[in-house]
Amino acid sequence: MSDHPAEIKEIERIAKGIRRRVLEHSIANNGGYMSQACSSAELLASLYGGILNFAPVGQPIDPPTFIGVPEVGIHTYKTGQQFHGAPGDQYDRLISSPAHYALVIYSALIETKRLREDGLEHFNRDGSTVEMIGAEHSPGFETTTGSLAQALSQAGGIALARKLKKEKGNTWVFMSDGEFQEGQTYEALQAAKFHGLDKLRVIVDVNLNQCDGPMDTVMRIEPLADRIRAFGWDVTVLDGHDIPAILAAAREATNNPHVLLCYTDPVRGLAIMEERKPTLHYLRFTGADERAKYEKAYQEMVK
Amino acid sequence: MSYEIVARPHQQNFIDWAKDKPKVLVLSADLTNSCEVGKWRDTYPDRFFSMGMAEQNMLGFAAGLAREGFEPWLHTFSVFLYRRPLDQLQMSVAYPSLKVRLVGFLPGIMTPGGVTHQAIEDIAIVRAIPNMTILEVGDATEVESVIEVAHEIDGPVYIRMLRGEVSRIFPKDEPFVLNTARILSTGSDITLITSGIMTEEALRAIPLLQDRGVSVSHLHVSTLKPFTDPRIISALKSAKHGIITMENHSIIGGLGSAVAEVMAENGIGVPLQRIGLKDTYAHGASQKYLMAEYFMDAQALIRAVENALGRKLNIDEAELEEQRSVTVHSSAKAEAL
Repeated sequence: MSDHPAEIKEIERIAKGIRRRVLEHSIANNGGYMSQACSSAELLASLYGGILNFAPVGQPIDPPTFIGVPEVGIHTYKTGQQFHGAPGDQYDRLISSPAHYALVIYSALIETKRLREDGLEHFNRDGSTVEMIGAEHSPGFETTTGSLAQALSQAGGIALARKLKKEKGNTWVFMSDGEFQEGQTYEALQAAKFHGLDKLRVIVDVNLNQCDGPMDTVMRIEPLADRIRAFGWDVTVLDGHDIPAILAAAREATNNPHVLLCYTDPVRGLAIMEERKPTLHYLRFTGADERAKYEKAYQEMVK
Repeated sequence: MSYEIVARPHQQNFIDWAKDKPKVLVLSADLTNSCEVGKWRDTYPDRFFSMGMAEQNMLGFAAGLAREGFEPWLHTFSVFLYRRPLDQLQMSVAYPSLKVRLVGFLPGIMTPGGVTHQAIEDIAIVRAIPNMTILEVGDATEVESVIEVAHEIDGPVYIRMLRGEVSRIFPKDEPFVLNTARILSTGSDITLITSGIMTEEALRAIPLLQDRGVSVSHLHVSTLKPFTDPRIISALKSAKHGIITMENHSIIGGLGSAVAEVMAENGIGVPLQRIGLKDTYAHGASQKYLMAEYFMDAQALIRAVENALGRKLNIDEAELEEQRSVTVHSSAKAEAL
């Protein structure tokens, strides 16, 4: 358990800010990936607010406008990595795999003063990099990962490269549980163990929900911890809203690649979403009445 | 006609080339010796990474390594570089335009491995992916010199590679040059554009055609994307009676299609005949057998020339057989997987 109450209090503040900002934008845009904020707020708050050793960025960064995609020989823009600070031997990296969590990640960047407070005004606007489903020009995205289950392999390559360069920092991957339905995930698990990538760390938002509904009705992934352990990884199973438990597991020294399976509640902090079960993937209001209810919930959240 | 046969031109050449390049890595998916990098692995064990039979993950690892400044050279059969891991190729490697080199062996119908091992639509698919460069080698000189060409490209490269016993058609001191066709003969009746192993096959027919008074402009193309070589445009413009393409690939989306696009864009109005697989899968058999079965051999070229000229050339099978270079006969050519 963390011995730093101030750190835990700060992470709680960030998590609260994440839920508030995502709800605010969901109301303003008549929809959003709200349940993802509810389930992962403590995970991303713990990452950005405690676990990750990132270089400072100075002033919060103004999100750049979109200037083009990468082309052969032309690499004009900085990737979303700039919001994580300059990379370096001792610093950590974070590859976020479920790119539809973008709004949650942008909110975490604002709460940790890496993205400008008004950065979300560009959210999902034409010509902006603050896209609805981030690509590597978007704040906080070091790679392009929206086609799910590719990030762990990419991060494996980064971790292998860093191992060859004898760097000290960890390479973290933030994943969603649905990605454990994809075959590539298991290819990456076996390769990371085979190549001894002990500085590869994965944190999974196990909210047990996906686009079509509860995972048990779509494609079962349990027993997830046993599956991953069978690949030779160290696995810690924990409550994904318990900040001291997240910090303790993240800081555990392991000789293997390590995954934190964080079981979460997709309506945590926004009880009225309970009514929308079983389909929680994307919040789109059914009408003015429902929107008013969420506005009321927002008012209570900011009280 | 016979050429020097070079045994495994890639094997030692790639070892020598990589010697002073510590950022060059090899990633392999359980076809290491089949792709002539077994000796490379033994020479540079710290730079060789076995990724197992898991190509989707291999593409992702390659992307991560390239982002960190390494230059991964993936060695496997062509089909396993673009067909199974297409989304990974696109999203992890091509979109960020990373310096990943895909060295694809057994392009087209070169293997008795049949449909599962024959990359017959790879150029069509990879050509449609932004940021990709596509190179194809036609002889031992190109096998050796394509490496440096690919290395210089600041983006992802797909190479249609040759292995085993490979003819040396082009002089050793005339290396592969990016986006620059080799002009093998000049003429004004027919313009013939060939790529890969089809160039050697076409060269069997050229002396016989010339003997019958047909003047052929013959270009060997080794850069399939980009496809903006002014030498090609100029040769296409000079064709009086027709243009013929020959490729070890489907006629859809490969060399023939690229030539058709250039012709249309430049208003070149002569008939085009595309020799290649005519929208069909092939099956497991020898290269020579398949080339004859699917009308992709020198005989097919002669028929296409006759068709363009509207007259018979009276070239018989025996005459053509005499032109066969020893390499295609060579028992050394038949390789196991």
